[in-house]
Amino acid sequence: MPILRILLLRLLTTIVTLAGVAVIVFVVIRIVPGNPIAMMLPPGATEEDIARLTALYGLDKSIPEQFAIWVAGVLQGDFGTSITTRQPVLDLVLGRLPATLELSIMALVMAMILGGAAALTGTRFRGGRTEGAIDVANGMALSVPDFLWGLILILLFGVLMPVFHISGRVTPSLDLPFATNFYLFESLIRLRFDLWADIVAHMFMPALALAIPLAAIIGQLLKQSLKETMNLDYVTLARTKGYGETRVILREALRNAALPTLTLVGVQFTFLIGGTVIIERLFSYEGLGNMAIDAVINRDLPLIQGIVLLFAAIFTAVNLIVDLLYAVLNPRLRHA
Amino acid sequence: MNLNRRSLLKLSAATAAAGTLGLPTLAQGIEELVIAYNVNLPSWDPTVGPSAVNPTIQGLYQSVFDQYILQQPDLSPAPGLLTEWGWSDDKKQVWMTVRDGVTWHDGSPFTAEDVAWSLARAANPETGNPINFVWGTLANHRVEGNRVIADVAQFDPTIFKWMYFLTGYVLPKAYYEKVGAEGFEAAPIGTGPYMVDSFERNAFVRLKANANYWGGKPEFETVTIKFVPDAAARVAEVESGNSHVTLEMPYEEYDRLKGGPLAGVAAPISDIGMIFLNDIEVMTDPNVRKAAAHAIDKQAIIDRLLSGYGVKIDTLQTPEYDAFDASITVAYDEAKAIELLAASGYGPDNPVKFKIQTTRGFKPKDYEMVQAIVGLWRRVGIEAEIEVYEIAKHFELRAADQLAPAAFYNWGNSVGDPTTSTGFAMFGPSPHSVWDGEDLINMIGPLWGEADEAKRIEGWKAVDRYVAENALVIPLLQYVQPILHAPGVVVTPHASGALLPHLMKRA
Repeated sequence: MPILRILLLRLLTTIVTLAGVAVIVFVVIRIVPGNPIAMMLPPGATEEDIARLTALYGLDKSIPEQFAIWVAGVLQGDFGTSITTRQPVLDLVLGRLPATLELSIMALVMAMILGGAAALTGTRFRGGRTEGAIDVANGMALSVPDFLWGLILILLFGVLMPVFHISGRVTPSLDLPFATNFYLFESLIRLRFDLWADIVAHMFMPALALAIPLAAIIGQLLKQSLKETMNLDYVTLARTKGYGETRVILREALRNAALPTLTLVGVQFTFLIGGTVIIERLFSYEGLGNMAIDAVINRDLPLIQGIVLLFAAIFTAVNLIVDLLYAVLNPRLRHA
Repeated sequence: MNLNRRSLLKLSAATAAAGTLGLPTLAQGIEELVIAYNVNLPSWDPTVGPSAVNPTIQGLYQSVFDQYILQQPDLSPAPGLLTEWGWSDDKKQVWMTVRDGVTWHDGSPFTAEDVAWSLARAANPETGNPINFVWGTLANHRVEGNRVIADVAQFDPTIFKWMYFLTGYVLPKAYYEKVGAEGFEAAPIGTGPYMVDSFERNAFVRLKANANYWGGKPEFETVTIKFVPDAAARVAEVESGNSHVTLEMPYEEYDRLKGGPLAGVAAPISDIGMIFLNDIEVMTDPNVRKAAAHAIDKQAIIDRLLSGYGVKIDTLQTPEYDAFDASITVAYDEAKAIELLAASGYGPDNPVKFKIQTTRGFKPKDYEMVQAIVGLWRRVGIEAEIEVYEIAKHFELRAADQLAPAAFYNWGNSVGDPTTSTGFAMFGPSPHSVWDGEDLINMIGPLWGEADEAKRIEGWKAVDRYVAENALVIPLLQYVQPILHAPGVVVTPHASGALLPHLMKRA
């Protein structure tokens, strides 16, 4: 029951949050300087031309009127039409969402593997040079922002040792038999490992750039939790039973120590999705973030609204999933 | 899904091989030309919406679509889909002869109907063509054999120049009417040198050579244009061999790479850097304006900030433009600037103060240039405060005539006509001008409809001289576009700044 209650409460707050985001983004992007009509004014345009274009894009109406029209459309699944691409906003953002989700999930998996390995190794060899080296590496990973990691990776694995692709999501000359835009998952399902390898070769560097700072955070927190857990009575009991240190860490301490890390991973995952904006641009990856930058540059108001609303929906959904997972994994909450 | 040991082994092998097998080997003969382009292509219709007036995208459009009139790399017009064109003696009509034997990418014949329909569509305000006000000067488009005739609703001496400028593209009437706007966006066809093979928005477009192109089949059978907006990633693309050609990188990077494994070409293009002066506050004082103009050492800025890649200009015309007049000069003269300011009661101890706005990173070293200019101004007694803004804000402020007293901007005019440089930048009623002086409006006004071409060009030169003598704007430099390419490719630069794959050959 507590989980159901949490779920219902969170769904309610999600709706309120999304409504708030919709209002804020709609108003803010119309208040900040730079309107799309000014962006497309050709030399020699007259006041009449400006008025004609303004009316053509529905910007001649008051902000409340525009908002009412937009909300009415959204409630019917119509998020408007992009000014620059002249395509339905919903089609555009849903078309790009899989690319960003795949990149984020791959980055998250990488971060968990790297961070987890660092934490376990640091705990296993705590107090020694290995832990010190891991701490230094963690510090370095945290002090460099993801886009700078991206540039370093491009230089290392794109130019000096050209192992991975620098830009794009897939090699343009390949024929893609996919029915969805989840290229990575669908290539696996179809057992098209040639395509899978090509997609991974494109995603590897942007995903790693996103993963490195998160891996450092996971590594630090998990190691700290593990070290605290290693001093608890039940762990000492396990040792007295003659279990080896590695087994004690993996079988006894890890499960309890992982709970705070799980919460953090959930929160950080939303930041990681936010980080895709810059990383996707750097690697010319065809995701939502790359599209968002173009939308902002071109003041494509309907597209900005659609992207922000979708990002907000993802953030709240991820937070909801994390809360539920935490409730499921934490016995104190589960049996409350 | 049935995952077994064999498939897992294949998976591992494929992953390990990804790096080596998945990447192009570009040192060998180039079969598929790969270009790392600096902007994304939002829309395929070159006549509608913001993309249609974005100069940086025109090279992509011109690979697929033909303009009414061909523009050569030196900006001069040449027969294209129209082989001949002109005015009736009384200037009440225009006529255009349409090229025979041209086909659309779907194999259907290109006809005069397509030209008449494209012109009428562009003139229709409901289609959303941003240049509608130009195309609307022609009306009653009709076909007579292989000729298109239109009535002149309002005389515009530059109408044929617009036919190789923004939105001046011919689209397929029958195909467009059959598939509609959405269908055309999904599968665009033109008469251009390349056909669209596949397109992933924000990622790439893959083009196939048009074997029936009226100008001859392009050298490269397949061209992939990757959209790589980040300059560092573009440089890495060509440096690693992932792409053969790229453009618009920092000049330092260009210098580093052009003499090494890559070749390079850097030629002046039709974009200029300039400082708008708004006739508000202290800018109404001619001494302040003239001092600001004389205090800028443009050549030093080009040499030190742009590694020498730039051409100093003193009017809004570059040497390629029709109304360029080399005799109009504004000398760098610090002493004269000090003298002018002193006449208005200003000096290093009592500086004149105003704000200058600039973008940062929109054009090469834009902010750094303004910093240098502010430093030069300080030496003569001008204290300028720099405000950084986005380009979108610049457009909005300029359209509302609310720019600061000084505002750095770049102006593109690939058509090379004085109306689309000095004209629209300096004519008060234009939303692109922030100088509202009646004297200038009166000088420019009669030139819009001047039918005598020689007289028209001389008139614009006189306007430029007046603008320079009174420092109503501060032209700075003509930009140079750096292009890096693999040694196996010969790139012909186009003065409009468009990077055109059909002008590229094998070395």
